[in-house]
Amino acid sequence: MKRKNQKLAFVFLFLVIISVIFILLYPGCDQSYSSQLKGEERASLTSAPYVPPPILRNHPSRIIVDLETKEVKKRLADGVEYVFWTFGGNVPGKFIRVKEGDIVEFNLHNNPTSKMPHNIDLHAVTGPGGGATSSFTAPGHTSTFSFKALNSGLYVYHCATAPVGMHIANGMYGLILVEPKEGLPPVDREYYVMQSEFYTQGRYGESGLQPFAQQKAEDENPAYVVFNGSVGALTGDNAIQAKTGETIRLYIGNGGPNLVSSFHVIGEIFDKVFTEGGTRSNHNVQTTLIPAGGSAIVEFKVEVPGTFILVDHSIFRAFNKGAIGMLKVSGNEDLAIYSGKQKDQVYFGSDDEDEDQDLFSGPLNLKSLPEIDNTQHINNEYGLDPIELGKSIYTTTCFACHQLNGEGMPGVFPPLAKSDFLNKNKEVAISAIINGLTGEVTVNGKTYNGIMPPQNLNNKQVAAVLTYVYNQWGNSGKKVSEDEVAEIREKKVISMK
Amino acid sequence: MKRLTNTICSIVLYSGLFLNANPQGTNNSKMILISTGFYESLFNKGEEQKVEKFYLDVYPVTNKEFLEFVKANPKWRKTNIKKIFADESYLANWKSDLELGEKANRESPVTYVSWFAAKAFAEWIGKRLPTVAEWEYVASASKDKKYAVNDKEVIKKILDWYSSISAKEIPPVGSTEKNYWGVYDMHGLIWEWTYDFNTSLVTGESRGDGDLERNIFCGSGSASAGNAENYPAFMRYGFRSSLKANYTTHNLGFRCAKNFK
Repeated sequence: MKRKNQKLAFVFLFLVIISVIFILLYPGCDQSYSSQLKGEERASLTSAPYVPPPILRNHPSRIIVDLETKEVKKRLADGVEYVFWTFGGNVPGKFIRVKEGDIVEFNLHNNPTSKMPHNIDLHAVTGPGGGATSSFTAPGHTSTFSFKALNSGLYVYHCATAPVGMHIANGMYGLILVEPKEGLPPVDREYYVMQSEFYTQGRYGESGLQPFAQQKAEDENPAYVVFNGSVGALTGDNAIQAKTGETIRLYIGNGGPNLVSSFHVIGEIFDKVFTEGGTRSNHNVQTTLIPAGGSAIVEFKVEVPGTFILVDHSIFRAFNKGAIGMLKVSGNEDLAIYSGKQKDQVYFGSDDEDEDQDLFSGPLNLKSLPEIDNTQHINNEYGLDPIELGKSIYTTTCFACHQLNGEGMPGVFPPLAKSDFLNKNKEVAISAIINGLTGEVTVNGKTYNGIMPPQNLNNKQVAAVLTYVYNQWGNSGKKVSEDEVAEIREKKVISMK
Repeated sequence: MKRLTNTICSIVLYSGLFLNANPQGTNNSKMILISTGFYESLFNKGEEQKVEKFYLDVYPVTNKEFLEFVKANPKWRKTNIKKIFADESYLANWKSDLELGEKANRESPVTYVSWFAAKAFAEWIGKRLPTVAEWEYVASASKDKKYAVNDKEVIKKILDWYSSISAKEIPPVGSTEKNYWGVYDMHGLIWEWTYDFNTSLVTGESRGDGDLERNIFCGSGSASAGNAENYPAFMRYGFRSSLKANYTTHNLGFRCAKNFK
């Protein structure tokens, strides 16, 4: 009897431990969601491209939001300034994150130096004006109103003071995310991107302080279409970052005021899109339409490293008006997914008109050197010994200049066969492949002065192709290991001496 | 019933325009006679309103002039003012009750004044505040035209001020353009109080009944407008309707008007 009790106690204890572990592992777990309003907290607001952390509460709370409208002079493009009207000092406005069922107490502060009265219409609000009728605020004053976040989704907010177009055109918009009760599935990175247009009196790039151009706004003909409020806000050092293998979630808004965005990331396919910021998701989307005053949530896993360009695929806006952003992905190459350029060869086309018909059925008139299956080294990379792998890389990447027999082209491309330069120093050879090689070099008594571009190969491939070359055409028979390549890649600069 | 209340309110309000308070202050500021004409209201589909001839100050009231007023009227000083007559930022750029200090130039327009204070000043010198119709009528002139509301260049010039950053110190009166009537600084220096600033959009009831008020928001703002192109007017109406009579702001001052006998 006693023993039986003990056994039961053990079972009970076991269950308790399991459920504790379960709760610890799933802090946002819906199963324990309670719809009772509990607690009060101040919303943490972020400026683009950053997003406040996920909300792990399993109950609704009272959330206090403080947002200040402020008129500021800032950079629109290099050498170009604009007076932006903002929610929080930047365009787009601060990102607000709340949870379905939360009671949001909203304090809209209008900076005392503002020239304009402002208000806020949050598309997440159910009520007249989306809050605008209750938040109309003179300079140096604060308006307070509350709303219950009834519907989950990603919503635009904007100023709705007349003339509303001008208030929006000057930068008064942002995003508010109402997380569903059960939360959103965890991802590795979240970013905030908002597209919008600017109507300046000067043309794109015309320097100086550029005033708002009413006529261009009415004609819906912006000088600028940008992500996150200025040209270059998401490029170069400001690019958003990720590592290979990570899943990214972008909260994308379109402030307009006029244009609909054809949002696209060059070189990626959206695994999942919550179209128009709603609940339903679409999968495997190339370009998603984001209405003015609307949004979308896109998710995708980044598989390979490189720079992925965010554009409005109404492509003149990207090329001529600034609608460009960058996602820089670091990590190891996966050549099975993307090979990089494998071949570049002369193509003569066809001078026989009749043959044009057969362009896709008959053999092409390619002045191709030997037939090479240029996918071979990718498909079989891991099954090949280094020499075979090296050969397949050589015959796709190196032969165009150095020729199949390694003899190069006199005066233009130095030889690799019986090359004193190559045999003297492994490090220099490795560096030439990784970093490229520019300037004067002397090979077998002859001087070459050209440019070898860096080759987009991973350490294993560099080691393989060099080992192949060292074991051909009377070379020294050296072996190059992946570690040696890695070491040089770390060092970056190698002396040619 | 509501209409009746509104009418009574209006009568009470407007009677202020024609009552001649006993002026105590001295009145040195120059005025100009504005001749009778019509003002095209922004709302009510551009309904025309007759404006009888009246006098208007050539310049907005300056800090120096307002200082004389508070010297003579202690209850309008910074530290004495009752909260219902002005909010906390009343005369915020003044150093103290009777000192302007560095941020308030003597010759610059007085700002951070409430409607109550502006009205009291005007009565003290035997004047009154201009009505919205009077103010807008004079403001529709350009440098050389009586009516230039649709002139794109004029609109642009006005918008450029509206959409520039506030000057830390407001420049002296007379530093912007003189218009057709010979009046300075109607645009490009400050916002100005008007006598009936809150009648154009806010009806007698609170915001609940305000179809009219809601119309100022978002796209519907243009539905009842006579001229949806007139962005400057939208902004002035918008600005006025954001105010309450005790509000004071950095860019808001006033000038005075007077009836033609």
